[in-house]
Amino acid sequence: MVTGVSRDAGARCARRLAADPGIETVIGIDVVPPRAELGRVRFVRADIRNPVIAKVIAGEDVDTVVHTGVVATPGSAGGRSSMKEINVIGTMQLLAACQKAPGVRKLVVKSSTTVYGAGPRDPAMFTEEMAPRAIHQTGLSKDAVEVEGYVRGFARRRPDVCVSTLRMANWIGPQTDSPITRYFAMPVVPTVFGFDARLQFLHEDDGVEAIHHATMNDLPGTFNLAGDGVLSLSQAIRRLGRPAFRLPSFTASSTAAVVRRARLADFSPDQITFLTYGRAVDTTRMRTEFAFEPAYTTASAFDDFRARLGTGAVTQASRLLGAGLGALRG
Amino acid sequence: MADADVIPIGSGGRPGRGSGRRTTPSAAARALAGPEAAKNRAERARATQARAAKNGAAPRADDAEAGAGKAKSRGKGRASEAPAGKTRGGKSAQAPRSGDGSAESPTGGAPSQLAPDLGGLSSVPDAGGPSGVEVGETASGRDFAAFEKIVRETLGADGEQKVAEFLAFLRRRLTGEYEVDEFGYDSDLTDQVLLSLLRPLAEKWFRVEVRGVENIPDTGSALIVANHSGTMPLDGLITQLIIADHTNRPLRTLAADLVFKTPFVGELARKGGATLASNDDAERLLRQGNLVGVWPEGFKGLGKPFSERYKLQRFGRGGFVSAAMRTGVPIVPCSIVGAEEIYPLVGNMASLARLVGVPYIPVTPFFPLLGPLGLIPLPSKWLIEFGEPIRTDDFPEGAADDPMLVFNVTDQVRETIQQTLYTLLMQRRSVFF
Repeated sequence: MVTGVSRDAGARCARRLAADPGIETVIGIDVVPPRAELGRVRFVRADIRNPVIAKVIAGEDVDTVVHTGVVATPGSAGGRSSMKEINVIGTMQLLAACQKAPGVRKLVVKSSTTVYGAGPRDPAMFTEEMAPRAIHQTGLSKDAVEVEGYVRGFARRRPDVCVSTLRMANWIGPQTDSPITRYFAMPVVPTVFGFDARLQFLHEDDGVEAIHHATMNDLPGTFNLAGDGVLSLSQAIRRLGRPAFRLPSFTASSTAAVVRRARLADFSPDQITFLTYGRAVDTTRMRTEFAFEPAYTTASAFDDFRARLGTGAVTQASRLLGAGLGALRG
Repeated sequence: MADADVIPIGSGGRPGRGSGRRTTPSAAARALAGPEAAKNRAERARATQARAAKNGAAPRADDAEAGAGKAKSRGKGRASEAPAGKTRGGKSAQAPRSGDGSAESPTGGAPSQLAPDLGGLSSVPDAGGPSGVEVGETASGRDFAAFEKIVRETLGADGEQKVAEFLAFLRRRLTGEYEVDEFGYDSDLTDQVLLSLLRPLAEKWFRVEVRGVENIPDTGSALIVANHSGTMPLDGLITQLIIADHTNRPLRTLAADLVFKTPFVGELARKGGATLASNDDAERLLRQGNLVGVWPEGFKGLGKPFSERYKLQRFGRGGFVSAAMRTGVPIVPCSIVGAEEIYPLVGNMASLARLVGVPYIPVTPFFPLLGPLGLIPLPSKWLIEFGEPIRTDDFPEGAADDPMLVFNVTDQVRETIQQTLYTLLMQRRSVFF
């Protein structure tokens, strides 16, 4: 059973699992019907915030639950309070239903590296054991921390269930539509003056493969998943060939509000701190215990994403300039 | 510039096709060089002008990221800067840079575009001359030779190499095709820009004298522990430069969290190889085989009054020793003399510092009295000595969790540095010489 299939990431995970002949049936769950084609996936319209989810699990005799229903953007969920409702209450209800279902053998949770927060006191690389250092946690990072807390509680109460928590870096790729991809797609990219964040990305294909990998194998524990290497924010913007617009940090939240109003991208405060200080995670355990090798590095995942975006203004201008000079010279 | 694909511009300033073979100049080339030599004096006057134009162009190229409109106006600006009676020359001098401009596309390879451009240009002298090709082409060929000459005169024999390297560097910066490691260390920027800016300060201003470089291992990791002083952490930067110049290895420094909180400072510090002074980061760097520099006195050493100069403060909580013990790397004590006198701290605006959220705001004899002028460090004479490495790999397992042992080793390191400081102070003739 896969939750959150009406959203892009959930739908892709469900399709990938359905494509595997080793899995008998895949049930997709969400409140609204999916827009994407789901293939062999059986869609059940149910709300994970509602106890009715327990009946679905019992009725369909579900043995594996893949929870991809954590929402990252308040806009798509209909506001911050609704987002929190889906993330936290939804997870609570889902876990409560799983606890009552004796058939459930495995739980895979798609979490995020936002649980580590972002701040100046952060270590260069977070390992799975490290606690977040930044105090102000809002939005997705707060939700993700709470979701993981409930998942840990569930793992304690049902030691027979194999629980894998996948802390994934920001997904990026040609099809991903997230605050980060929208941010990079803006014609002029605003950044925070005097800071240069370190970013890590996970290619969308790798993300889907990782969920499949965790579903097919028994890999209990918490794992950081990210592409190799690090890009700095200024470097990423230069690779896009887009002009960056550096703003002092105190104007960041008002800029984010303007950007949100213009429906260009959806920023929450924790994303602003992320784009200020950056965050990188250690992926040693992904290789050793989780035995997963991402096909893309951070840089190549970003290149793949860049190919979809097309050229930025700086690149175009420089091409024009080059062509003009070439013509002038004959 | 390890990864730079450097292609020297043209024929190395010599007549010929620029194919790499050094043959005697052809008759055509000699004919070409003749009037050049005669007009030497006029040429020199032009050289200075062209140099000014070139220097002006470099920062403008940096601005390219700021906007498209600027990028276009850049071309115009340069054309108008070229001497009025020499438009052809101005254009041909521009030629190599136009290659750079088109290379701003993320996929473009500037050197590969540069080479055919210049190859075409430098082959002109051979084709022209006696065989009687139209005058304009010969003129542009001659102007390119003049450009090459200017480069050679201003930058020395390997001037073209330098220009080519600089253009390759500029291209990498503009397209983002450089590597940043997981700590945010940007070796390209550090080697090319940051250390080059520091070098005159260390060599000309502080006249740093280095001793005991052989104590720094050539391979493998080591923890370099030094005394901290001088109000501003210049000693850290200078030590980084000294180690980079003497051992060809980057020194990765550990800095306070205040550094990473501060705009610009934090950004540059990360790019320069610094990371947060925490056990996690220190051990990670040491496991990867880096030279790590740490100043365990921290702000206590940095901001101590001038009257307490060269008296070592408490060495933190000995975290650096436990990091070295866990990874089994040697500790190299480093004593820095001279940094205490660069900004003699005579007072502290404590309440203002609390308000701003920094550990102290210094009052020196010249700051804030002389304003920005007071920020110029005094030109004290520096002595830096690296001592015998202290091994940590022969301690028993779990020694890092034995606080008594850690404190003992910490004191040993501290005593070593203190004694070396006294010896160096005895040897120093005066503060400034």
